[in-house]
Amino acid sequence: MGAGHGHRLHFHGHSPLHRAPAHLKVLGLLGFMLVVVATPRQAYGVFVAEALVLLGAVAVSRVPLTYLLPRMVVEVPFALFAVLVPFISHGPRTEVLGVTVSEPGLVAGTALLVKGTIGVLASLTLAATTEPQDLLRGLQRLRTPDLLVQIMGFMVRYLDVVTAEMARMTVAMRSRGCDPRSPRHWPVLARSLGALFIRSYERGERVHLAMLSRGYDGRLPR
Amino acid sequence: MHVPDGFLDAPTSLATAGVAAAGVAVALRGARRELDDRTAPMAGLVATFVFAAQMITFPIGAGTSGHLLGGALAAVLVGPWSAVLCLSVVLGVQALLMADGGITALGTNITLLGLVTVVVGWGVFVALRRVLPKRTALVAPAAAVGAFASVPVAALVFTGLFAVGGNAPVDLSAVVVAMLAWHTAIGLGEAAITGLVVASIVAVRPDLVHGARPLLAHRELEVREVATS
Repeated sequence: MGAGHGHRLHFHGHSPLHRAPAHLKVLGLLGFMLVVVATPRQAYGVFVAEALVLLGAVAVSRVPLTYLLPRMVVEVPFALFAVLVPFISHGPRTEVLGVTVSEPGLVAGTALLVKGTIGVLASLTLAATTEPQDLLRGLQRLRTPDLLVQIMGFMVRYLDVVTAEMARMTVAMRSRGCDPRSPRHWPVLARSLGALFIRSYERGERVHLAMLSRGYDGRLPR
Repeated sequence: MHVPDGFLDAPTSLATAGVAAAGVAVALRGARRELDDRTAPMAGLVATFVFAAQMITFPIGAGTSGHLLGGALAAVLVGPWSAVLCLSVVLGVQALLMADGGITALGTNITLLGLVTVVVGWGVFVALRRVLPKRTALVAPAAAVGAFASVPVAALVFTGLFAVGGNAPVDLSAVVVAMLAWHTAIGLGEAAITGLVVASIVAVRPDLVHGARPLLAHRELEVREVATS
């Protein structure tokens, strides 16, 4: 709540990528990722070229890789699956480092890992260089339905308020000897989630009334 | 559970994006009926709540954990149309601002986690509400059953998509068995938490639970005579 205005992944900067209009960045990311996804599995040269384009974009953004790399942990569960694929696939066997694995599985697993990694790094670059407010304006320019952009705007605005409220509830629970992860304490956890819902809902009502009293007529001023 | 970029091939991703766009378009019309002009602020706050609730993880076994999907929970609490909007917005924000789930897989994620869980969860809930006695105490168990059903069905739909556009030569029957076993376990956690949360809200503010409103309408205003002495 008391934090800065950016969201958690945003990296403050003034690079050309930071200044670029958000709608172009979203379209660029979408186009780039569609090309990556459509790249054939064994076109390793193309993967290298795509990775270089992405790293070039990261360099232009001047967001340090040491900032982006630790944040790629969201990929871990998926990377585990990609590593498993060569072992659970069928097809002719081949030997890698003394372990027998499926050959088409190895190719597929590698491609999954490469595509997934490029995707996560590209999305992180967008998130690191784009303020939420700019992103919303960009989505508006891309003709996203107005209602959807408004809902997203409220979510972005109140994200920290509601998650901080929940964090305070969990701290209160833990300090009273309750472990929110343990199924034994689910009834307590559920009651606090219920309270969180009621508080969020009532906050929504208050926000709506406050907006009405300031002349809200169903659409936000541009 | 978020599908990343490159997991399904481009045609499948585009097809599911079409399905998701159609679903969201229908939900945009329907949500105005559920929440009238309050839609934007209310759905925004409920989306934030769903996001916060998804941070709750529960152990499944073998050292791994799952987290609440919240589709059935949101459907019972605010109605199916608003729930679709809330979950789509949550997934969109996660893809664009948190790099969680690929941008080309956003359509797939909205279809699976937004549309399928809400439709199944709400469908089962409404069917049960029709059959069960009309008592508010039964709203929570019905919601729990809906939540339980929604998770394995979403997993099955995902396996279907994987069969059509999967990028790995994996034996399909093994995938089906593994996905179903895994997501039945997640479904149990989802059902327990959904049921308990709905029960706690029904106990305090039953008027806020969209799925309980038809049952509340039966209550009539009682005017009791005050004994004058």
